[in-house]
Amino acid sequence: MFVRLFNALGRPIVRFVQYLGEVVMLGAETFMSIFTHKLRWRLFLNQIVEVGLLSQLVVIITGAFTGAVFAAQTFFQFNKLGMGSATGAVVSVAILRELGPVLTALMVAGRVGAAMSAEIGTMKVTEQIDALRALAVHPTDYLVVPRALAMMISMPLLVAECTAVGIAAGYFIAISLLEINGTYYMANMVRWTRNRDIIMALSKAFCFGILIVFISCHKGLTAREGAVGVGRATTEAVVNSSLAVLICNFFLTMTLNIIYPAGYQ
Amino acid sequence: MIDNAQDRHNGSMISVRGLTKRIGAQEILRGVDLDVARGETLAIIGRSGGGKSVLLKHLIGLMQPNEGEIWIEGQNITKMSERQLGDIRQKIGILFQGAALFDSMTVAENIAFPLREAGQRDLKILREKVREMLDVVELEGQEEKMPVNLSGGMKKRVGLARSIIRRPKCVLYDEPTSGLDPVVSDSINKLIRRLQERFGMTSIVVTHDMKSAFDVGNHIAYLHDGQIYFYGTPNELQQTTDPILQDFMHGRSSDDVAK
Repeated sequence: MFVRLFNALGRPIVRFVQYLGEVVMLGAETFMSIFTHKLRWRLFLNQIVEVGLLSQLVVIITGAFTGAVFAAQTFFQFNKLGMGSATGAVVSVAILRELGPVLTALMVAGRVGAAMSAEIGTMKVTEQIDALRALAVHPTDYLVVPRALAMMISMPLLVAECTAVGIAAGYFIAISLLEINGTYYMANMVRWTRNRDIIMALSKAFCFGILIVFISCHKGLTAREGAVGVGRATTEAVVNSSLAVLICNFFLTMTLNIIYPAGYQ
Repeated sequence: MIDNAQDRHNGSMISVRGLTKRIGAQEILRGVDLDVARGETLAIIGRSGGGKSVLLKHLIGLMQPNEGEIWIEGQNITKMSERQLGDIRQKIGILFQGAALFDSMTVAENIAFPLREAGQRDLKILREKVREMLDVVELEGQEEKMPVNLSGGMKKRVGLARSIIRRPKCVLYDEPTSGLDPVVSDSINKLIRRLQERFGMTSIVVTHDMKSAFDVGNHIAYLHDGQIYFYGTPNELQQTTDPILQDFMHGRSSDDVAK
């Protein structure tokens, strides 16, 4: 009975550790390839368009409405205490430190991560990955490196865009609908928002980009069993990327807060 | 006396020794021994699901054996990493069962792919080489078509053109005639023979199509129960009285299966 219990408990743990190991190995192989092999510029630029350029609309809408609703909610609460003009500071710091990077990452995981795992997964089940290998082309060099580089460059830019739009939308709502004094709003925002908040947003963006690209590419490269397998790989890529982003966000916040403490100091 | 392993395998293009492969609980290959001489065409026949394609994928390092060794031109490839296998794969082309064309590329881009990856950037040379290869596989003027718009036979021809554009020393064919009508099958068989004659390529053709095996093979190997059950010339196979081989050649299922 104990053996069965240990088996039942141990097997998922071993499988999880093995999965983590595979993703880390893919990451290591990719970074090694970035520094030791030639970059396929055409594929890289295609991915920049796919990951960065075409994700902009989604990211802008996410940023705008999050900023607007966050400004409104903050004002409703703060106004009761007579601190309505502090709304700008709260909105700007919160969007930079948490909402911007996390929401952008979740949107990108849904849009780009799913596409990556579906595309690579389809190539896997139709033997196109084997064809690459047979033609002496390493799948990591050809498929993962351009995607990883594009993600590392695009994610910080997308997060910058999302936060900028979010802060702007918050300002617009505060001034036009909530009738907060614009000068106080701006003064408080500028006073409480520091360069380190921006650095934190961009650092998180970079880390989330890496998580999404390796989890999604790994799911694609290990897809099995035809169309069902590709569907499953795509779903798991989005779910795992999103969970990884949310879990890592906590640890990143705690760690980065030591390096870049929040508030006016 | 232990002879030098490299010398032992130098005579053959490909040598397989004691190849064993298990997938899950199933033992697909149980100690396969095989030699393929330079310039010859070996047809590997056997029943569907008998491990023929698995054996073929081992020969180019797409699968790793549980036991045994594979020697390509005197080099043991079983211990090689994915990157080290790159050099070996330059020498060997493979035609996959479903052709495995890159579906986001045109026919011309598919065929030119190995050359582009090898660093050839001159568009004029690439176009010329693609045209030459399309001429070899008798698909002139199809450069701009997408794989989705090709028939099964055309896909296999394009796949073949892609695998031979770098002039490998050896080509592996995985079921080159499966799913094709007899006329197209015959034209593929002729193409395989022509490539052997024109470029002197060593070929290994995995098939369960007896006509194809007899048409193209200098030697035929029958894979049965995960081992090479028969190895000989097409003539020797035709004269055999072995009941298992007879059943396979004449497409007879055994009585217990029929019942």
